[in-house]
Amino acid sequence: MNVDEIKTGVVLDHIKAGKSMELYHYLNLDQMDCCIAIIKNVKSNKLGKKDIIKIDAEIDLDLDVLGYLDPNITVNIVKDGKVLEKKKLKLPTDLRNVIKCKNPRCITSSEREIDHLFRLTSPEEGIYRCVYCETESK
Amino acid sequence: MRHLIEIGDLSVEEIGELIETANDMIANPDYYNEICKGKKLATLFFEPSTRTRLSFEAAMLDLGGSVLGFSSAESSSTAKGESVTDTVRTVGCYVDIIAMRHPKEGAPLLASMSSEVPIINAGDGGHSHPTQTLTDLLTIKREKGRLDNLTIALCGDLMFGRTVHSLIAAMSCYENVKFILISPEELRIPDYIRVGILQKKKLEWVETDEMESVLGKADILYMTRVQRERFFNEADYLRLRDTFILDTKKMEYAKPDTIIMHPLPRVNEISPKVDSDERACYFKQVKYGKFIRMALIMKLLEVSK
Ligand SMILES: [Zn+2]
Repeated sequence: MNVDEIKTGVVLDHIKAGKSMELYHYLNLDQMDCCIAIIKNVKSNKLGKKDIIKIDAEIDLDLDVLGYLDPNITVNIVKDGKVLEKKKLKLPTDLRNVIKCKNPRCITSSEREIDHLFRLTSPEEGIYRCVYCETESK
Repeated sequence: MRHLIEIGDLSVEEIGELIETANDMIANPDYYNEICKGKKLATLFFEPSTRTRLSFEAAMLDLGGSVLGFSSAESSSTAKGESVTDTVRTVGCYVDIIAMRHPKEGAPLLASMSSEVPIINAGDGGHSHPTQTLTDLLTIKREKGRLDNLTIALCGDLMFGRTVHSLIAAMSCYENVKFILISPEELRIPDYIRVGILQKKKLEWVETDEMESVLGKADILYMTRVQRERFFNEADYLRLRDTFILDTKKMEYAKPDTIIMHPLPRVNEISPKVDSDERACYFKQVKYGKFIRMALIMKLLEVSK
């Protein structure tokens, strides 16, 4: 795989420098068997330094997870060597099983097979609260 | 199908309708005594709360319905490891409506996600207790004749007291309501109330750590418990506890028509000598609690007059 170019796949650009490995795990990319390139500390006009992840396969990324982790990431969908679409991310309204509630008094701490649900309660400050107990995610 | 998980699930208009129905029930109890005949209420109390459970059960019985349930987790199938979801699905096969109390926050919401019958949150840990708030609103409406243009003093543990938070949120929806918040420095209201409600809605409020100077301004004095376990040391607890006890001497500072409320049970924060004062309303509050629950059960069962 050429690190500079992929034929068909996804390029995650403008990742905050040093954050690419965290993304790699959150997006479960470690479970993929296609070629994936993580490029760290690339020079960027906008950010000074940035990370890039290139995935050499058409995959369905969870954009909500990405938006929650860093809404400034650009998602480039590449087909036949050309950027087909640039997706802008935003903070998702709801998060299902992305983060866990840490309140020991919350029902999520005792009920088996419960979905961990968080909702964006203050979009300005990017605050998410557990749907069950309203504890802020931190 | 509707549930009542938190007080915000009801609009101001709906709360008004519930109060109206409850008032009519108080005036004409006979009219309602068979209105829910054949309907069953389950009280699923995963932690004991005898008062609240009896209030729900009395409410259903006074509507002509019947009740079943359990009063602690030990006597329920949770002791065998059954999930909240499964318990509620099972019980929903027998009854028409469920009142649920649970030590874990959010348990009634979880129950409502899979329940075939309406769920009423009868208290979930330190989180929410909407029927207490409805009780408080009915009490204020009956004893003061209105829910707007009032100054309400809340005293005691304002940091952890869920009834206080919920009452502030509910009262902030009415015109010209002012708040006097009396508590030790360590137990002041949390920021999500101060910033999220009082500041956001541009309400008038004061925070103080003594009662005498502000009592004369209050139309309502809402007392709550100051609990020993909230304090780091015994000395602080004892010092502060006594500052926030309402006795006949402090009552002299209150207006002749100030009403005294308390969600009960009390420990020592209101001297029993105050009970005979006409302004003491906390036992009436208990009575009103049954009527507002009757109105709520009728509403959620969609039983009309
Ligand atoms: Zn939670």
